[in-house]
Amino acid sequence: MRIVTDPGSQSWYEASARQRVAGLVDEDSFEEFLGPAERAMSPHLPLFDLPRAFDDGIVVGRAKLDGRPVLVAAQEGRFMGGAFGEIHGGKLVGLLRAAITAKPAAVLILFDTGGVRLQEANAGETAIAETMRAIADARTAGIPVIGLIGGRAGCYGGGGLIAGTCSRLAVSEQGRISVSGPEVIETNKGAEEFDSRDRALVWRTMGGKHRRLTGGADAYCADTVAAFREAAIRLIGTAPAFDLAMLEAEQARLEARVKRFGDCRDATEIWARLGVNDPDAVPAMTDAAFAETVASVTEASHDAR
Amino acid sequence: MTLAEILSSVFPRGHAVTVADGLVTGQGSLDGKPLHVIGVDGDTPLGVEGALALSAAVLDVVRTGDRAPILVAIDSDSQRMSRRDELLGLNECLAHLAKALLLADRLGHPTIGLIYGHSAAGAFIATALATRVLAALPGANPSVMDLPSVARVTKLPLEKLQEMAKSTPVFAPGLDNMVATGAVHVVLDAEKPLDGQVRELIAALPASDTRDTLGEERGGRPVAREIAERVQRQARGG
Amino acid sequence: MESLTFRHSTTKPAAGTKPMAIIGVVASGNLEVLLERVLPPDSCEIAIETAIGGYGDVWEAVVADFVARAQPGGLRISINDGGARPDTVSLRLAQGARLMEASA
Repeated sequence: MRIVTDPGSQSWYEASARQRVAGLVDEDSFEEFLGPAERAMSPHLPLFDLPRAFDDGIVVGRAKLDGRPVLVAAQEGRFMGGAFGEIHGGKLVGLLRAAITAKPAAVLILFDTGGVRLQEANAGETAIAETMRAIADARTAGIPVIGLIGGRAGCYGGGGLIAGTCSRLAVSEQGRISVSGPEVIETNKGAEEFDSRDRALVWRTMGGKHRRLTGGADAYCADTVAAFREAAIRLIGTAPAFDLAMLEAEQARLEARVKRFGDCRDATEIWARLGVNDPDAVPAMTDAAFAETVASVTEASHDAR
Repeated sequence: MTLAEILSSVFPRGHAVTVADGLVTGQGSLDGKPLHVIGVDGDTPLGVEGALALSAAVLDVVRTGDRAPILVAIDSDSQRMSRRDELLGLNECLAHLAKALLLADRLGHPTIGLIYGHSAAGAFIATALATRVLAALPGANPSVMDLPSVARVTKLPLEKLQEMAKSTPVFAPGLDNMVATGAVHVVLDAEKPLDGQVRELIAALPASDTRDTLGEERGGRPVAREIAERVQRQARGG
Repeated sequence: MESLTFRHSTTKPAAGTKPMAIIGVVASGNLEVLLERVLPPDSCEIAIETAIGGYGDVWEAVVADFVARAQPGGLRISINDGGARPDTVSLRLAQGARLMEASA
């Protein structure tokens, strides 16, 4: 049996980490580092009587994107929620450090993570800090680090902080970016603060459309592998520098956001203040209509990241 | 130690460090040269305003170009958990603070973390863990999540987790485990003056990120360094 | 966790020349199957790590059925199981064998 569907038309949300990588980069160009046959598996999960994965839930390697060399990391959100364990984190850190000498056209991080893997929490937390430092080093060396977010597990916890460290982010409607997840907020602060079962509230507060409209992400993609590929290629060419001027601009951008929207209770109020005519229509908007709306919002696009 | 005690020990001749809404900013003088201070005090959760206030202070330091070190003193809660903070992009604000510290370090302001109380999760990553070298005072309590919460999520009995925590530093909260992981480089001596100990930290800054090497040596993170190294090796080949 | 290993003789080598393939994911009710062409062509080995203990007989039957149908000679097949049902296991094994049929 041959798979006849075009891999590019495949849903990013539904695809596995390996399928995303295969469809994202140039055909047959991906070469994996520390692949499954090397069996670099968690030394800790057996203590918790939990099954391991041959790749510890992250695929890393090199490939070509539109003919140019890139390094790629893809998290598998279905294995332990794509969470950072010791090996998972070590693979991402190693890949980013490798960028300094390999000098690829970009490093692509395909986020799909709930944050830190609790069974390996200290290792995961430390790896997140190492990853952020390695991203800063890569960006300083002029290598764009592009985050792609549209997976099942979203981009939560430390994953959200790593995303905020990237040069550019592409997000689909399904791609949620946040530090505290809905369940975490509800557990700690009660359902009045955040009702995690209210899916519409989750999408409005941390989903791709809100992040794109407020400048929390730089590109909005349809939920296909082809759309993420196109966005990644485009974003590489627009990556901002990592220097004092950029961080001063980001400081001003984020301060202005908090000042302007700090009293808003819901995303729809923010969208209205951004000049969106019918904010209540945003969640149901088609991708094409949403692209037009984004184009009319000046705050959505910037070099302050 | 309280923040006031720490500051008097680091700056025996006085300082201009203030605390407002749990946010610490200011500077003092160490060996006749400025030592900048930012931080979080009183187990305060770090939200969008706090993160941006601290990043502004860091960028102010960078703008002076004095290449003076920055002490990041931390006794925080986790990130502030609220709908409003997430709506306003807490991930960007915390990442921005971490980036400001990383840039300052790159531009010649050595960043020294000092955890003297609690810290957890996103607040820990954006502050203490974004420094070049992280020291702790005895009694500090960094954690990702407390054991009862871990028990809830992993559906394992608390007694079993407490037993496992004795031999497996990789998941258990607390200072000893963060030291074993390599996240905390060194525990200072609270009985001795801190100015000399901070001076020594600045004098012996590691040139690169050595946390995975420390974690391997101390046994709290047995494989991370080797894994990262193997990935780098394979990336160099071919 | 329970570990199981089954070794079988095969009458012919697995089709194709692809040296390695992986299919599936370790998640609740799912599994990953890693196939490597590293054994003599008249034998195969299936090693299983499973989170759900006590189903050795079921695994033995599913594996025997797969080997009889696919004749995966030369393959070492390694499974990380998150508690998949037998029909899911059979499906993933068949998908894996099909991936190996490609040329290297």
